[in-house]
Amino acid sequence: MSFAFYLIAGVTLAGGLAAVLLKNTVHCALALTVAFAGQALLFLELDAQFAGFAQILVYIGAVAILVVFAILLTKGSETPKGSVYSRHSLMGLVIAAGVFAVLGWAVLKSVPAVPRGTGETPAVTVLQIGNALMSRYVLPLEIVALLLTAALIGAVIIAMHEKEGAK
Amino acid sequence: MTPLAGFLLVAALLFSIGLAGALTRRNAILVLIGIELMLNAANLNLIAFWRYGPHPEALTGMMFAIFSIAVAAAEAAVGLGLVIHLHRHAHTTDLDAMNRMRG
Repeated sequence: MSFAFYLIAGVTLAGGLAAVLLKNTVHCALALTVAFAGQALLFLELDAQFAGFAQILVYIGAVAILVVFAILLTKGSETPKGSVYSRHSLMGLVIAAGVFAVLGWAVLKSVPAVPRGTGETPAVTVLQIGNALMSRYVLPLEIVALLLTAALIGAVIIAMHEKEGAK
Repeated sequence: MTPLAGFLLVAALLFSIGLAGALTRRNAILVLIGIELMLNAANLNLIAFWRYGPHPEALTGMMFAIFSIAVAAAEAAVGLGLVIHLHRHAHTTDLDAMNRMRG
């Protein structure tokens, strides 16, 4: 494990923690952006350049902006006065800790049994990814395109202002 | 610790952080942020298994992660649209205040 991995993992986890712990919603959105950027760096560390840049484009460029828009449209940018945690937060923490315990135990227990590759850097170019998307994975690609169109039209219709008395 | 185990542990930690956020926060937008973190952790697992698996040239894990990113974008758009609609309807995004099924 290299020093770069620990650094990037630390930044990602700190961003994620800040995103769920901070009080001000806008600060949470900014911390979420840090977590997304760290994740993109982890993808680059794993030699998945295409996924890393797609992560930057989609998550930092679109999802984080959408979150900020939603915060501003719902007037959630002020720091709330009362508690920001729900009534059942203790139960949620226990469940999350339990899930992490199970996942960590499973990872440490079973990783030695995973079939191992050569460990060399896979020589995957964007050309190969494009060819795969256009040949073997063309049906999922079309379905995802349809899903994105439907989801965006649906989101616009859901969030659209209803006129008074038009129901 | 092998590199694969390191990445998987980071992904497990990120997933748990997202789960804790989704289960404990009051604001609906922050619950969505927690869900996004969980989806991201799953993507990290896919890419890590692709990188250290026996056949990286088959591109399966990479393709799965790319499609998962696209589906997550659609999910974020619809989820935030729902939150905006909810705010217009109930004038709050506090989930503890949403305790009835009737509009």
